[in-house]
Amino acid sequence: MEGYLFLIPLIPFIGFLINGLLGQKIGRSGVYCIGCSSIGLAFLFSILAVYQLACSPAEDRLLVQTLWSWITVGNLNIDMALMIDPLSAVMILVVTGVSFVIHIYSIGYMAHDESYWRFFSYLNMFVFFMIMLVLGSNYIVMFVGWEGVGLASYLLIGFWYKENVNADAGKKAFIVNRIGDFGFLLGMFLMFITFGSLSYLDVFPKAVHMYEHGMLAMNSPVMIAICLLLFLGATGKSAQIPLFVWLPDAMAGPTPVSALIHAATMVTAGVYMVARTNVLYTLAPTALLVLVLMSAATAFIAATIGILQNDIKRVLAYSTVSQLGYMFIGVSVAAYGAGIFHLMTHAFFKACLFLCAGSVIHAMGGDQDMRSMGGLWKKIPITYITMLFATIAISGIPPFAGFFSKDEILWKAFTFPYYPVVGKIVWFIGVLAAGITAFYMFRLIFMTFHGKFRGTEEQAHHLHESPLNMTGPLMILAFGSVFGGWLGIPHLIGSLFGHVPNVLENFFEPVFANSHEIIAAYAGVHHHSTVVEWVLMAGSVAVAIGGIFLAYHIYIRRVDVLPEKLAETYSIYHKLVYNKYFVDEIYYYVVVLPFYYLSMFFWKVVDAFCIDGVGVNGQAWLVQRGSGALRLVQNGYVQTYGAFMLLGLVVMLWFFIV
Amino acid sequence: MNAPILTYVTFLPLLGVLAILFIPQRSESGKKAIRWVSMVISTLVFFVSLRLYFDFDPDVAGFQFIEKYIWIPSYGITYFMGLDGLAFWLVLLTTFLTPLTILSTWSAITKKVKEFQIMMLVLETAMLGTFVSLDLFLFYVFWEIMLIPMWLIIGVWGGERRIYAAIKFFLFTAVGSFLMLVCIIGLVYFHHQETGDLTFNLLSLYNTNLARTYEILFFAAFALAFAIKVPMFPLHTWLPDAHVEAPTAGSVILAGILLKMGTYGFFRFAMPLFPDGSAFFTPLIVVLSIIGIIYGAMVAMVQPDIKKLVAYSSVSHLGYCMIGLFVLNRHGVEGSILQMINHGISTGALFLLVGVVYERRHTRMIAEYGGICRPMPIYASIFFLITLSSVGFPTTNGFIGEFLILLGVFEVNKAAAVLAATGVVLGAIYMFWMFQRVFYGRVSNPKNEKLKDLNRRELAYLLPLVALVFWIGLYPNFFLSKMHSSVDHFISQVKISAEPASPGAVVEHHASVDKAPLSVSAAKE
Repeated sequence: MEGYLFLIPLIPFIGFLINGLLGQKIGRSGVYCIGCSSIGLAFLFSILAVYQLACSPAEDRLLVQTLWSWITVGNLNIDMALMIDPLSAVMILVVTGVSFVIHIYSIGYMAHDESYWRFFSYLNMFVFFMIMLVLGSNYIVMFVGWEGVGLASYLLIGFWYKENVNADAGKKAFIVNRIGDFGFLLGMFLMFITFGSLSYLDVFPKAVHMYEHGMLAMNSPVMIAICLLLFLGATGKSAQIPLFVWLPDAMAGPTPVSALIHAATMVTAGVYMVARTNVLYTLAPTALLVLVLMSAATAFIAATIGILQNDIKRVLAYSTVSQLGYMFIGVSVAAYGAGIFHLMTHAFFKACLFLCAGSVIHAMGGDQDMRSMGGLWKKIPITYITMLFATIAISGIPPFAGFFSKDEILWKAFTFPYYPVVGKIVWFIGVLAAGITAFYMFRLIFMTFHGKFRGTEEQAHHLHESPLNMTGPLMILAFGSVFGGWLGIPHLIGSLFGHVPNVLENFFEPVFANSHEIIAAYAGVHHHSTVVEWVLMAGSVAVAIGGIFLAYHIYIRRVDVLPEKLAETYSIYHKLVYNKYFVDEIYYYVVVLPFYYLSMFFWKVVDAFCIDGVGVNGQAWLVQRGSGALRLVQNGYVQTYGAFMLLGLVVMLWFFIV
Repeated sequence: MNAPILTYVTFLPLLGVLAILFIPQRSESGKKAIRWVSMVISTLVFFVSLRLYFDFDPDVAGFQFIEKYIWIPSYGITYFMGLDGLAFWLVLLTTFLTPLTILSTWSAITKKVKEFQIMMLVLETAMLGTFVSLDLFLFYVFWEIMLIPMWLIIGVWGGERRIYAAIKFFLFTAVGSFLMLVCIIGLVYFHHQETGDLTFNLLSLYNTNLARTYEILFFAAFALAFAIKVPMFPLHTWLPDAHVEAPTAGSVILAGILLKMGTYGFFRFAMPLFPDGSAFFTPLIVVLSIIGIIYGAMVAMVQPDIKKLVAYSSVSHLGYCMIGLFVLNRHGVEGSILQMINHGISTGALFLLVGVVYERRHTRMIAEYGGICRPMPIYASIFFLITLSSVGFPTTNGFIGEFLILLGVFEVNKAAAVLAATGVVLGAIYMFWMFQRVFYGRVSNPKNEKLKDLNRRELAYLLPLVALVFWIGLYPNFFLSKMHSSVDHFISQVKISAEPASPGAVVEHHASVDKAPLSVSAAKE
């Protein structure tokens, strides 16, 4: 198995090269064939690798393939190496699987685009970097993937670069991500000087060893700093407060890109990174506290913004930010497996939602405004059914996928071992956010598919269901949205059906075992009553149903009056939320503009005037003027020279006599 | 050593000069012949210099390929050449970049072709000579000779304000050089006083025991000469002018190699000759480097002229090289050396790329372009790859260099590393913003609609650079492995010879070497 691990990233890379260099020559079908089959092959090899991994005994589920020695300087030894363990196994399946489905979908979606070959080569490049991110065996290889997916994202957001808005959105994404990467870099440096390595297999055992032998205290400042610096990277990549601003703009890219990169895979990289670094985070409870507060805030605030967006993709974008906040709540209450579980179910239903949105946009002839939609379900029934399933899943209604993962996160938050009180507050915010999520998602469904059609005649005429190569992927992903959650059935429910195991949790156990032991030893093992768990579960489902009902009330029953009336009554809040709390504007006036003017000041005043003007040319001017003045002395008149001689004589006499 | 290979490499270009002298340039075919001779000779130099690669022993800490002949015995001046792990790569960079640059002048330089190609070849000899000289007198001769062809290249083949730029370039560099000359003589004098041995031999002069005051003084003078060349803030204002006015080939050589003379000078002369002076000035240099990194990037961001943008970005990049050298650990120093090579490749390529559109449109203003992705897709792709290298994207050379330098700085002083690392963000801002304004959007200017994409000759001089970007990015050990011994030697030279002469100075000394140079308080001064 070590033998072919490298093929998983290599095949998409070859696909990228072929489509990028020869794409125009091999024609449409050639490009589609290369693009999809390379990802399909990568998916097959991933399945094979994961199968072999799952077949080996639990303690042996780890494989490293070193490709070459990359950077060797002094005590720094970085290998270009790949590693697969249960965590990366699940990730690699999600990444290659969802990518494959979305590649198929793109054939239909990009059928009329002249730059299809560029699109497919970028998409393959993205998959390559994403696989490197997931399979890397040390932080630097992860960083290669980390920046690489950012690059692919930049290129794909600005894919239609002729419109400056799109290019702007791409640039914004890259630069905001770079701010995060700045933190990631510093985190790596600090990790290196603390543990002397950046390889997972060196750092984590060493951290555990140092902790057990008293060389590293619980919650030591170094660990907190490492974790928070890495998290800064994650806030960039995974669009969390304060760096989430790029993601809504990123919707400028083609819809398959939004589904793959800005929903299912790339933006979840931060969650993966924290789960990967679980040992260090476990040793830094304060860092986890910061994380959990930030992510709860993100989950809540982004959800509120989602309520009032009218662009179908923007609703989904804010929903993604909010759901990512949910995943971060999971990993930051030290329930790393739960975070990854939600990452997986979210990949299904959010990819499905985006692709459905794409199908809607396709039908609407490119229009994304929900105010001009309505009553579409009859015209595009497959899209409607699949989107409805995914919406139920994201709303957390059992037995759909989102319910299981969301519920596990909420329960783990409620029982947060380090900060029980904070955990309960976070649980409350989480439930609230879940209710809001159910509300705005059903608002989307009702505004899009129900009621009367509000678009133009032309659009009404144009409405049609998408071809099979687009609806097929929808159905696959909808299937995942319905049943994906069954991989992680909680013990509580599993016990009802004769001890159905929590497959995912058992599979992950070797990866998170160290963290679990540390927590158990530090905070003790608490047993919570099953009654509480049942009540909480029922409570969150009730809130979600309440959200759905509210949406139904406002956007179906009283749609003629209520939406406008509410907007008028709460106009200030409406304005604030509708404009996304003016975060973009605040950043623009507080950060971007002052920075720009400071740069101008440096250039025009410091550089051109002070240094070059006064400092350099000023000297030249002085020399010129000085010589000019001295030149007058030498004017060729004997009288003048005589006068100077006399003057000199007087001075000398005076000097000698006095 | 069997053959005096360094002499061959250094003086082979002059053979080309000799040949070119006999070719008349009145006709087109004459010009063509001159270009080809120049090209063939400089390529030949490259292949001869490759020989160095095969014979270079990475385990030798000192100098290799030594050649030593008596030149002016009464003053102890010798013809003394040799290579170590740094000079080795800079020599290869020079021989690699020169033919590519010459190839780029085919259509750019159409007037006084003969004189221009002669200048290029003389310049190559002078640069190579500077890198391989181990005798201070010989070094100084090459150092000064180098100025003249560059001065002429800017002044004769430059843009509108070429005279101003050329004089500025000359005065700046000359001022530093003269002070350095005085100090070279001073150093030799003190060495003579101390040992009775009158010599300009660098290896002997390394062992001179100078009084601390003189070390500081001499270091200051050397540092001034080199800091102007680097250029360090606030001595950098000659650079944007020189770059903007110089013809493309001049800019490439200026940024690619001439700036490295400054960092090379610190590595070879200023620091190992005067370790105490170096320790004394380290805080100042670190602070100026950090200012250079941030300030250079910010000023680059607001430039309306692409060439000026790239010029200011050099100030930022060279700030990395300087700070890496002065942290005096393996990561920092090797990163710094790698970054010197990287900067030669990526900035050299950027200037070549700017030259390509300049030849077509005769403007370098960003606002004149926009949307040229469409008429020139291959050009845009290559420009983008080089942009990635410039912003230090992983898998490109820039990442390895920046990563090693920042790691090295971080190990010594975390605050300095945090400040320097902001350059990573700033670099992305100015490069990507420029890239967007030039390449994305609609073709707003009708003159840009019919722009021709790269031709074969242009691809021929750009693709080798792109290949090298990824070669270094993916397999840096090929390059780093040749540096280890020399870098260790350098660090021990600067650190150990800075050990105090008298026991009384121990306390003060340790403070100055281990802590003070980079302590937070010192860095904030």
